[in-house]
Amino acid sequence: MSVSDVAPGPRIREKVGRDAWIQRGFILIIALYLIISLALPLYAMLSKAFEVNIYQLDQFTIAVSSEDGTFPDLPRNLADINAEIGVLGPDDMTASGDGRLSLTPFFPDFSFRSPVKYRIAGVDDSAVFLVGSERHSGKVPVEVDSNTFRKVVIRPLKAHGFQNFARYFSTPSLFQSIGNSVMIALVSTVITVTLAFWFAYAISRSCMRFKGFFRLVAMLPILVPSLLPGIALVYLFGNQGILKSFLLGHSIYGPIGIVIGSVFFTFPHAMLIIGTALSISDARLYEAAVSLRASRWRTFWTVTIPGARYGLISAAFVVFNLVITDFGLPKVIGGQFNVLAVDIYKQVIGQQNFEMGAVVSVILLLPAVLAFAIDRQVQKRQIAGLTARSVVFEPKPNRRVDLMWFGYCAVVAVFIVGIIGICQMAALIKFWPYDLNLSLNNYNFNRMDGGGWSAYGNSIKLGLLTAIVGTVVVFLGAYMVEKTKGFHRARALFQMLAMLPMAIPGMVLGLAYIFFFNNPDNPLNLIYGTMAILVVSTVTHFYTVSHLTAVTALKQMDVEFESVAASLKQPFTKLFRQVTVPVCMPAILNISIYLFVNAMTTVSAVVFLYSTDTALASVAVLNMDDAGDIAPAAAMGMMIFYTNAGARLLHSLGSKLILKRSEAWRRR
Amino acid sequence: MTAFLRIRELWKSFGSFVALRDISLDVNEGEFLCFLGPSGCGKTTLLRAIAGLDIQTSGSVHQAGRDISSLPPAERDFGIVFQSYALFPNLTIARNIAFGLENTGVEKSEINKRVAELLELMGLPEQANKYPAQLSGGQQQRIALARAIAMSPGLLLLDEPLSALDAKVRVHLRHEMKDLQRKLKVTTIMVTHDQEEALSMADQIVVMNHGSIEQVGTPNEVYTRPVSLFVAGFIGEMNQMSAKVGGKNRVVIGDLEFACNTGGLDQGSDAIVVIRPEDVFPVEPDSGKATPENSLKVHIDAMEFLGSFWRTHLTTTKLGGQNLIADFSVNAVQRLKMQEGNDLMVEMKKSNLIAFDAKSGAIA
Repeated sequence: MSVSDVAPGPRIREKVGRDAWIQRGFILIIALYLIISLALPLYAMLSKAFEVNIYQLDQFTIAVSSEDGTFPDLPRNLADINAEIGVLGPDDMTASGDGRLSLTPFFPDFSFRSPVKYRIAGVDDSAVFLVGSERHSGKVPVEVDSNTFRKVVIRPLKAHGFQNFARYFSTPSLFQSIGNSVMIALVSTVITVTLAFWFAYAISRSCMRFKGFFRLVAMLPILVPSLLPGIALVYLFGNQGILKSFLLGHSIYGPIGIVIGSVFFTFPHAMLIIGTALSISDARLYEAAVSLRASRWRTFWTVTIPGARYGLISAAFVVFNLVITDFGLPKVIGGQFNVLAVDIYKQVIGQQNFEMGAVVSVILLLPAVLAFAIDRQVQKRQIAGLTARSVVFEPKPNRRVDLMWFGYCAVVAVFIVGIIGICQMAALIKFWPYDLNLSLNNYNFNRMDGGGWSAYGNSIKLGLLTAIVGTVVVFLGAYMVEKTKGFHRARALFQMLAMLPMAIPGMVLGLAYIFFFNNPDNPLNLIYGTMAILVVSTVTHFYTVSHLTAVTALKQMDVEFESVAASLKQPFTKLFRQVTVPVCMPAILNISIYLFVNAMTTVSAVVFLYSTDTALASVAVLNMDDAGDIAPAAAMGMMIFYTNAGARLLHSLGSKLILKRSEAWRRR
Repeated sequence: MTAFLRIRELWKSFGSFVALRDISLDVNEGEFLCFLGPSGCGKTTLLRAIAGLDIQTSGSVHQAGRDISSLPPAERDFGIVFQSYALFPNLTIARNIAFGLENTGVEKSEINKRVAELLELMGLPEQANKYPAQLSGGQQQRIALARAIAMSPGLLLLDEPLSALDAKVRVHLRHEMKDLQRKLKVTTIMVTHDQEEALSMADQIVVMNHGSIEQVGTPNEVYTRPVSLFVAGFIGEMNQMSAKVGGKNRVVIGDLEFACNTGGLDQGSDAIVVIRPEDVFPVEPDSGKATPENSLKVHIDAMEFLGSFWRTHLTTTKLGGQNLIADFSVNAVQRLKMQEGNDLMVEMKKSNLIAFDAKSGAIA
C-alpha cells in the first residue's frame, strides 16, 4: 500500500475574521513603531559612520586668462594643479558634511585686484560649486573676475568608505578610549560581582538579622542617576574632599572614581540576578553533601558555585554592559581619562563631528552587542537547568557566622547609604567647605543654569508619559507576539526587534535619533526637540526588560483563553479588557514603575535630544556639575531620588491593594 | 438524511509532517462521537480543525449543510471544553458562564435566568459568586461545560475533558456528561486517549492512528470486530499469534491447525491471528462430549486474581513458542479446580478468532 504525502485538494485559506484584522492592524502598528524608533535610526547611524565627504578636485577644470583677458586653449584640471603645487595633502581631502573649499590657494599668483579672469567648469553634471551663495553645476564654464573668484568654493561629495574608521584608529587620543573603557568595565565587573555575590549569599544562606533592610538598601542605587555617586566622590575625595588623604596622592578624577561609582550604581543589578540564582539552589544537594561528609569549603565549590554559575555569568555581562555604556559617571568624575561613551558626547556636542561620533558609537556597539548575545545564550541554558522538584534551602542559625555576614552586609550598606547621604549633605550645606550651615539655597534651581525647576517638572512629565505610553505599547506588543496565531515571520521579526534595545547603549540610540529625526527630509522631524522624541527614545531604550516582563506574565495565562472567547463569539478585545489585563495587572504595574524610574534617572539617550523647552532633571544634574554648581547638582540628584522613592512606595502600595482585592481568585 | 457534520478528504500538514491524512467522516445529529487513539495520532488536530482553531491544509467541513471549511472559529457554531478548562480566573462562575451571552442583545435578566438554569443543570446552584480557583477540579469541569453549552451551540467539542481529574471523579463525571448529552441532544465530539472512557460514553468511536482513521463503529463493533490489527491491539486486551494460512478458512499456528475465517488471504501467506482473553474458554473435562474443534491442551503457568475474574497465563509448546492469556470467571476456576501447575484443555472458537494480514495489518 502506498500513500501519497501530498494533500490532493486545493489549499484552504482561512477567511480573515474581524478579530484577525484587528490583530494584524495592531501588529503592524507596533512593528512599525519599533522600526521607526529603532531600526531606521540605527541604520541612519551606521550609514553615517561610513559616510565621508571628499573634495573631488578632479571634477573641476579651471582656466586662467592672461592679464589682457585671453584664455588658454585648454583649461587645467584642479587635481593636476594640486598635484603640482600640493595645496591639499591626501588627509585634507575629507571634510565634514558642510565643508567648503576656497579655490584661491591653488593659484599662488592670485590677487583680487588683478585683471586676470577665471573660468570654472565641471567635468560632468554632478560637479557642484558655489559663487557666493549662487549654486552652479555642469560643464558650462562660469567666468568670474579676480574679485569674485575669492567667493568661489567647492563642496565635498558624499561617499561611503572606511576613512572615518581609519582616521579614528590613527588618532591615539581616540582609540586609547577602547582600552580605557574595557579596563574600567572589567575591573568594575570583578569588584561588583564579588561584592554582590557575598551580599546575596549572606541574604540567602545565613540567618543574620535585618535581611529585609539590607535587601532594600541594596536596591537604592537604582533610584538615582548613575552620575550621582560621582558627585558624592567629589565631595569625599575631590580637591577639597574630606577623605582626600585616603587616596595617597592619587586623584579621584579618573579610573579610581569611575570604578567606585560604577560599583555603586551596578550593585543592585548584580545583586538581583545573583540573588535569584542562589535562591533557586536545591537543598537536597546540600543534604547529599553533608551525608558524604564534604567540608564546607568543598560544598561551596561543588554545590553553591555551580548552582549559581549562570547567575554569576549573567550578572558579569550585565554589569560589564552597564559600565561600558554609561556616560553620566565618567562625565562627572572621569577627568582627563577618556572612555568611549564620553567620546561620543565630546565628538558630537563639543566638536560637532557627527561622523566621528557615529564611528565611536559603532565601536561601542561591538562589546555591548557581544555581551548581550552571550548573556542571552547563558540565560537560555539556566532555564533548562531548573527542575520543579527542587527543595528550597533553609539556612540554619550559627551565631558567629551570622554575625560575620551581618558585619559584611553592614559595610556594604554603609557604602551605599553613605554615598546617598553625602549627596544629601552636599545639597543642604550652604557653601562647602567654607560655610557649613544648613540651607535650602541649593534647591533654588531657577538661579542656576540647567533648566531650573521646570527641568524637574519636565522629568516628571517624561516619567509619567514614558510609563503610560511605554506600558501600553510594550504590553500590546507582547500580547500580539504571544497570543495571536499566524504570521510567524512578522512575529519573529517583532520578537527580534524587541530584544535589540538591550544591546544598544543609550548614547548610541540618542545619536542615532539625531541622524534619523533631525534629517529635514524626514517627515517625522517635527517631533525633533519636543517631549515626544524624549518619550519615544526612553520607551525604546528600556523596551527589552519591559517586554520580557510582559511576555513572562502572558505566558502564565492559559493558552486556550483566546480559543474559548472565539468559540463564544466574543471579540478578543473583550477578553483582553476583562481577563488579560486584570490578571496581568501586577506585571503591568511593574513595567510602568520600571519605565518611570528609568525615565527619571536616564541621561545617556536624552542628552542629545532635549531642547531648552524640554530640559530634564537628570541632564540638569550633569550640566550644573559641568558648570561647577556641584551642590545644586547634588540637590537635583536628590530630588530625583525622593521622587523615585515616592513612586516606588506608591507602586508597592498599589500592588498590595490590587493583590488584596484579587486575593479570592489569585490563590491556586 | 445527510450527516450533520460532513468531513471530506481533510489533510493537515505542519511543514513536511503530515498530521492528518485524507480524513472523511460523517457525524449524525445528536450523536456522541469519540476520537480515540494514542497520543500524536492526530485526534486533537482533527478536533481543532473542526473548530477552526487550526484550519486544515485542504479538504472540506460542512456543518448543518453550511460549508465552514475556511471560517474562523467565531463564525462557526460550536462550544468547546479544553483539558485545562480555561476558565477565566478573575471572573466569577456566573460571569464565566455568561461570558458568551453578553453583548448578544440578550436582556440582563434573561442572562441571569439562563446562568441560574445552567448552574441548576450542573448541580452547582450555590457556586455562582465564587471564583474558579475556589472550586474542585470536577466542579471546574462542569462550569467549563456550562459555559460551552450556554449559547446552545449545534456542536459540542470536548478535548480530553476528564483527563485532569482523579480516577473516581472521572468515572462519576462520565455518567453525568453522558446523561447531560442525552438530555440536550447536542451533537458531541470528544477527544480521548482513554479507551474505557470512549467505550462507556460514545455512540460511535473513531479510532485513529498516525493521522488516519482506522475504524469507525459503535463501541461494540470496534471491540468485537476490529478491522485492523492496530484497533485489535489498541482496544482491550488481545492475544496475538503469528500464523500461516493453511487453506480456505484454516490457519496453522505452531504445530496446530485451527478453523478461522481467512477471507481473501492466499494459502501459505503470513497472518496474525488474535483472540481476546475472555474468549479463551475452558473445556469441561467430564462433559462426555468429544473434544471440540479448535481446542488444545495448555499448562497453567501463573494466575492473577483481579477481583471479578482470574487472569491466567497459559503455556504450551504446540503454538510455536507463543503463549496465551485467558480470563476465567471465578466460578469456572472453582468448578474446574484450576491452580498454577495444572494442565487444562481450552477452546478458541472459530467465531472468536480473527485473522489479519501480517504485512498490512488489514483484516483478512
